[in-house]
Amino acid sequence: MLDFYFSLPLIVRLIIQGLAVIAVLFPLGAACSMAERKVAAWAQDRPGPNRARPWGLGRIPIIGPILGRFGIFNLMADGGKLLFKEDIVPGHVNKFYFVIAPIVAMTPALSTIAFVPFGAYLDGAGRVLPVMLADVDIGILGVFALASLGVYSLILAGWASNSKYPFLGAIRASAQLISYELSMTLAVVPVLLWINAPGTPGTLSLVRVVEFQSQSGFWGGAWFVFVMPLSAFIFLVALFAETNRQPFDMPESEADLVGGFHTEYGSYKWSLFFVAEYGHMIVGSALFILLFCGGWNPLPWLPLSTFVGWLAPLGAWTAHPLFVGILSICIFLGKVIFSIFFFMWVRWTLPRFRYDQVMRIGWQRLLPLSIANLIIYTIAIALLN
Amino acid sequence: MSVIKVPRKPLTFAERTYIPQIVSGMMTTLKHIVAKPLTVNYPEERPEIPAGYRGVPTLVRDPNGREKCVSCQLCEFVCPPKAIRITPGEIPADSPAAHVEKAPKEFEINMLRCIYCGLCQEVCPEEAIWLQNVFSVSGYERGEFINNKQKLYELGGTLPDAHYKWDKKKAAAEEAALHGQH
Amino acid sequence: MSATPELIKINIDGRDIAVPRGTNVIEASRLLGIDVPHYCYHPKLPVVGNCRMCLVEMGLPAVDPATKTPVIDPATGRQKINWMPRPQIGCGTNAIPGLHIRTTTQMVKDARAGVMEFLLINHPLDCPICDQAGECKLQEQATSYGRGYSRYIEDKNVKPKRTQLGPRVMLDDERCILCSRCVRFSKEVAKDDVLGFIDRGSYSTLTCYPGKELANNYSLNTVDICPVGALTSTDFRFKMRVWFLKQTNSIDTESSVGANTVVWSREGQIYRITPRRNDEVNDTWMSDSGRDLYKQVRAENRLSSPAPLADLIAQAKALLASGGVALVASARSTVAEQYLAKKIADHLKIPADSRHVPAHLAKGDGLLISADRTPNTRGALVTGLIDTLPSEKLTQLAAGIDAGKIKTVLVINEDLSLHGLAPEQLARVDIIHIGTHASATSAAAKVVIPSHTVFEKNGTFINQQFRLQQFNAAVPGHVGTHNDATILSGLLAALGGHDFEGKSNAIWSRLTEETPELAGLAHGNIPETGHLIDAARFSHHAFPETEGLHYKPAK
Repeated sequence: MLDFYFSLPLIVRLIIQGLAVIAVLFPLGAACSMAERKVAAWAQDRPGPNRARPWGLGRIPIIGPILGRFGIFNLMADGGKLLFKEDIVPGHVNKFYFVIAPIVAMTPALSTIAFVPFGAYLDGAGRVLPVMLADVDIGILGVFALASLGVYSLILAGWASNSKYPFLGAIRASAQLISYELSMTLAVVPVLLWINAPGTPGTLSLVRVVEFQSQSGFWGGAWFVFVMPLSAFIFLVALFAETNRQPFDMPESEADLVGGFHTEYGSYKWSLFFVAEYGHMIVGSALFILLFCGGWNPLPWLPLSTFVGWLAPLGAWTAHPLFVGILSICIFLGKVIFSIFFFMWVRWTLPRFRYDQVMRIGWQRLLPLSIANLIIYTIAIALLN
Repeated sequence: MSVIKVPRKPLTFAERTYIPQIVSGMMTTLKHIVAKPLTVNYPEERPEIPAGYRGVPTLVRDPNGREKCVSCQLCEFVCPPKAIRITPGEIPADSPAAHVEKAPKEFEINMLRCIYCGLCQEVCPEEAIWLQNVFSVSGYERGEFINNKQKLYELGGTLPDAHYKWDKKKAAAEEAALHGQH
Repeated sequence: MSATPELIKINIDGRDIAVPRGTNVIEASRLLGIDVPHYCYHPKLPVVGNCRMCLVEMGLPAVDPATKTPVIDPATGRQKINWMPRPQIGCGTNAIPGLHIRTTTQMVKDARAGVMEFLLINHPLDCPICDQAGECKLQEQATSYGRGYSRYIEDKNVKPKRTQLGPRVMLDDERCILCSRCVRFSKEVAKDDVLGFIDRGSYSTLTCYPGKELANNYSLNTVDICPVGALTSTDFRFKMRVWFLKQTNSIDTESSVGANTVVWSREGQIYRITPRRNDEVNDTWMSDSGRDLYKQVRAENRLSSPAPLADLIAQAKALLASGGVALVASARSTVAEQYLAKKIADHLKIPADSRHVPAHLAKGDGLLISADRTPNTRGALVTGLIDTLPSEKLTQLAAGIDAGKIKTVLVINEDLSLHGLAPEQLARVDIIHIGTHASATSAAAKVVIPSHTVFEKNGTFINQQFRLQQFNAAVPGHVGTHNDATILSGLLAALGGHDFEGKSNAIWSRLTEETPELAGLAHGNIPETGHLIDAARFSHHAFPETEGLHYKPAK
């Protein structure tokens, strides 16, 4: 089957890969919304959505009630509702931009995933090969470049809505996203400096970052979160701001802006914004895992290859690329899911910042900190080499 | 001097980063995330109603099955939202409770008006009206929320009576009749 | 009541007051706003002093027995008061010069608490089922003067609970405190001495004389004066608690006595009528028959019409335009309504011999029901609606109809068939009937305009003493009925007369301007006891009334 797949023309393969990613990412985004509701409930000592039991599915013994308890049917009902709700376009909006904004929102959310390696397998020679859509050299730069396009959707939505709350939300979104992008990028630079030792061919590939964290030895196996904690911290804070998550969800802030940029949106278009936000969260989490938390390596100082080596006594199948690939994807996804849980965990702990506080943290705290961080690490790396 | 300036302790560096506070906050949230839910799955699981709970007001009978209400209308008078409406009536002479003379012909409590204050129960000289443990009232029409006498007795049931005031009175009257006093 | 009562000075609780000689202590204290509790005493009944609730301390200025000179108390420098060592009853103690009374001393308080405790020993305490609750002297005074708890642990007396004393009065003997007000009323006022006590001590029981019952037309007054719930009205029994009832001052319309009443209603429904004290008219009494009148508000044969008033008036106007009109107004209408009827008659140029007010005559009972069974015959005279006393039979009208002279009759609140008109005569003319209840006249009428009963409108009546008395609306008008004054003023305006817009103050001010007897009387400001108007202009009429309470015929 694999042979058949590889015999297909490249364009078809890419399309299949792309559709597969959409098919995975889209439900994942939806699942995140249910996870959000569940985590919210748990944080508030509630059981959360667990009541929906469709007539047929809910009657299946054991599985039905379990799915019900996890709110799976609520999720399906929500999705169905959003799909079939009347799609209202208010009369006072700019129709073209109003309609295009959710599409623009989805584009970066889905395309950035192309640069993210979400697993690895070992080839016959024992080399680690990444599982990803586009293993290109620009790697992280591509992610940043595409992700920053996401702000256009918010501005478009806010502007096209022709209404004060969406407009304010859009203004806030653009200012906030630009402010925090700077710190975010600057925080990553030391990592890339570190992996691009002088004399080797330079790369911005995320695969290389993970490989670097998979080496043997104390420094080799250490995840960058231990080597560069400040970078990791700045990146994480900026990530919250970039994904518009609490405590940085200025563009939405339902308390003072009703719903921010998506106030005028409803039904399916609104759900696209939602999925895009979760898509950003997933990609952002994946980036954080890749850059600072060892990617698909199970534990610090325990690279995937060593781990697979430990499993070798169980049988020859443990070395099969398919098994290793799935294992690595599972490890990676586990980390991403925890990271997303962390996002929610923070959301139910911290109150929303005031807008001036957001700006002050961005420009007066994080930016100087990330510049200082960059300088110190540059000097340190120069000295070490 | 009406204004007293309270000196504020300057924040330490750790406090100014807010990170220790954030971490402790995250721990608190985590504690709640792993804790058992405090809520109940309502229609299937019912909360335990504590003694003295003020639910829907009901009318009760004494253990002999006599309706305790004598329609004195004090509850109607005291009811702050005027939810109670009583039509008094006379007990027919052939009834075993004829010596009580008076009983409600109709007794309506409008649950759309009732505020569950319990004043009716407090004021009742016959201990006939009780706010019991029914807390869930639902219906499709306004009329369904007006509990009539029959419904009130259905909801109320029987409550133990410490006094048997009227039974004692009847016994005394029978005793007096035996001795030819009237 | 003597013409010039001799005023003497007495002292109650340290305050001096001048009262007519012979005033008892309860009344004298009331003048000072001091409450002396009592059960058996009633201002309009003989004093018997058997409840002992009104005990007060009494003293007189000390006089030296030998020299008859005042004894001066060296401590105060004023005349010494000799206080009696034991309390005296207030109702039986009459004012004499220098009388000193104390109502707040410990002795008085102990005496009252003791009396209350004794009264409550055998009281059944069935207030929840007792109709008197809320207006019960026993409740009120137990709260104010009682000790709050009973030391009596033995069994209470058992007495008959439901004795029918008469068709309208029910007795609960357990509640009776043997004050004998009802006995005295029956004997002294109603002159129907049927009640009395039998048995002794705490077994004393109120009862009727064997073979008789309390059936006179004033029997319900015993229920009013009963200070406890022993006597109850079978009509009002278990109907409604008194604290829900709104009280409205009204007038008994059954005769020209015009007994003052209070109408007790709740949410547009009347539950009972009781007398209102007016020492010039009805003291504190009224007839049983007058208490039943409220039933006419929701009677089966009450007239009502869904048609708008303007349509009804337009129909009436069309009929009146044809000429040959006769007016039959009523002595049951208010003064203002009679005035409006007169205005309509003047406007239509109805000759005096076509203006009728039929009389309703019967024998007076010598007390509170007079021979003239309408409340406002004098009003018709005062407003000038009629010049001569009305007669019972409308022979002139019948003759006019037979002669074909009368084609249209405007009937206000009367039934022509009761006044000598045959059904054929009614059928021959166009009748406009303004009235409250269905009758042969309303059945024969071309236009029926339903109007209000006395309980649904404000107004004034002039009684047999030429006393102008006011009554107020107790309940809102029955659905599909209209205020009489609104109807008549609307009709007057439709016919082209002065438009009062149905405003009672506008009608009243024009009425008082045109009527010398009523000149200067402000609208709605007639004293509660009524206003006696000058009757000189009407003294030549031979009124049918015979002697009654507070009324003597002129001759």
